[in-house]
Amino acid sequence: MNIAAAAAPITAQAFKSDYKPIWCPGCGDYSVLSSFTKAFAMLDLRPENIAVVSGIGCSSRIPAYTTCYGFHGVHGRSLAAATGLKIARPDLTVLVASGDGDGYSIGGNHFLHACRRNVDLTYIVMDNHVYGMTKGQPSPTTEPDWDSKLSPGGTGLRTFHPLVIALAAGANFIARAFSGDPNGTADIIAQAIRTQGFSFVEILSPCVTFRPEQREWKTQVRPAPVATTDDPARAARRIMTDDGFNIGVLYKGERTPYQPIGKGSKRPADLEAGFAI
Amino acid sequence: MSAKKVKKTASRKGAAGKSAGAGRRKKTATKPVDHAEFLARAWAMEVEATERYATFADAMDEHNNRDVAELFRKLSRIEQRHADQILEENFAMRPPLVPRGGMRWAGAEGPETADPGDLHYRMQPYHALRIAFGCEKHAWEFFTELARSATSARVRKAALEMAEEEAEHMRLIEDWLKRTPPPPPDWEHDPDPPVLSD
Repeated sequence: MNIAAAAAPITAQAFKSDYKPIWCPGCGDYSVLSSFTKAFAMLDLRPENIAVVSGIGCSSRIPAYTTCYGFHGVHGRSLAAATGLKIARPDLTVLVASGDGDGYSIGGNHFLHACRRNVDLTYIVMDNHVYGMTKGQPSPTTEPDWDSKLSPGGTGLRTFHPLVIALAAGANFIARAFSGDPNGTADIIAQAIRTQGFSFVEILSPCVTFRPEQREWKTQVRPAPVATTDDPARAARRIMTDDGFNIGVLYKGERTPYQPIGKGSKRPADLEAGFAI
Repeated sequence: MSAKKVKKTASRKGAAGKSAGAGRRKKTATKPVDHAEFLARAWAMEVEATERYATFADAMDEHNNRDVAELFRKLSRIEQRHADQILEENFAMRPPLVPRGGMRWAGAEGPETADPGDLHYRMQPYHALRIAFGCEKHAWEFFTELARSATSARVRKAALEMAEEEAEHMRLIEDWLKRTPPPPPDWEHDPDPPVLSD
């Protein structure tokens, strides 16, 4: 039993650290941070029972802005670190924060296998279709005709389709949210945390600096016109045919989460000795 | 969607470069069912506005736009006073029960909550006041519509009172705007811009 459950109700504010975000004014990630903290409060979690793991990029700054345990890791390797943590400490609620560059390009292979392993993690990807921190290079989800100095005429490359990939690779919960609806996004994150196994939430989070046209996303998003399904074939058809602006839980499966067989028997000191030179 | 299709209407300035709240999504709120819920929503609206302005102030501070940061902080304090006033007059200073994930509205956010998409790192106090005016106007529209559609006389009366307060806030901000110099045409010009990919 979680001993914190009997304590006084907690507020979202309790999950916000004293560090002020340095994102650009207008960035969607501010609202995503708010959704994180609201989701934690909704679930009556406690900061000391949560770990937020991230890679590199604007979105990956999020652990520092919470009062939870945090690990700001290596580019694209947040899922690997989080998987190890969850296996070692299954009592923790582990969230992984990433962006479309960190998560789908540098960390693309980890993404596939995290879905396949189905460890009980919640993977939040703040997708703005651009590498913001490094000044606007096209990412895997950038439209092929996005014209910029760094990609004259556009890349011409087909966009990565993370939700379909997640479904095909075995993710147990797949949703899309929008940063402009922070309370709705908090609700989806809470559902993702509650769902056992690997939960994947793609959050459309505008980059107002390099993709100012994404300010219009607020007029384009809409609630998904279908109920959540547990049928992968039906989910695949829906996700393949939507335009990327349907918001909601699109798939919720019933796969049993990965559980390690037995427990490690070595003490940390023994492990350290193995690395001694 | 094709990037070209949406780029035509794109503005790097955001709504800071347009009229007040021009780019905002339409916001309406779920119709309260009784007087107690009405008051809880009125309070939650003010709290959400307080928090949003505080976030804006922090963001502007981080980008060294101190004048606008101070203005947003002032707006946050004003909204906090409104929230406290509702608490004092109706709840004996004990906050009403609001879902911990935040109040759910018919629109994405509360009627008085400013839209982050309206910000620009080089915006001026005038822009901030235009945003605030837009928020008060949305709140006034919300309470006016609520008064019109309420089935309870008590809720209608309270909604009309709130609408009148919001109208007064709009007048105050209008006066404030008159005393605030409008931005120069090149207000967004940055000799060392962050964007290299235009």
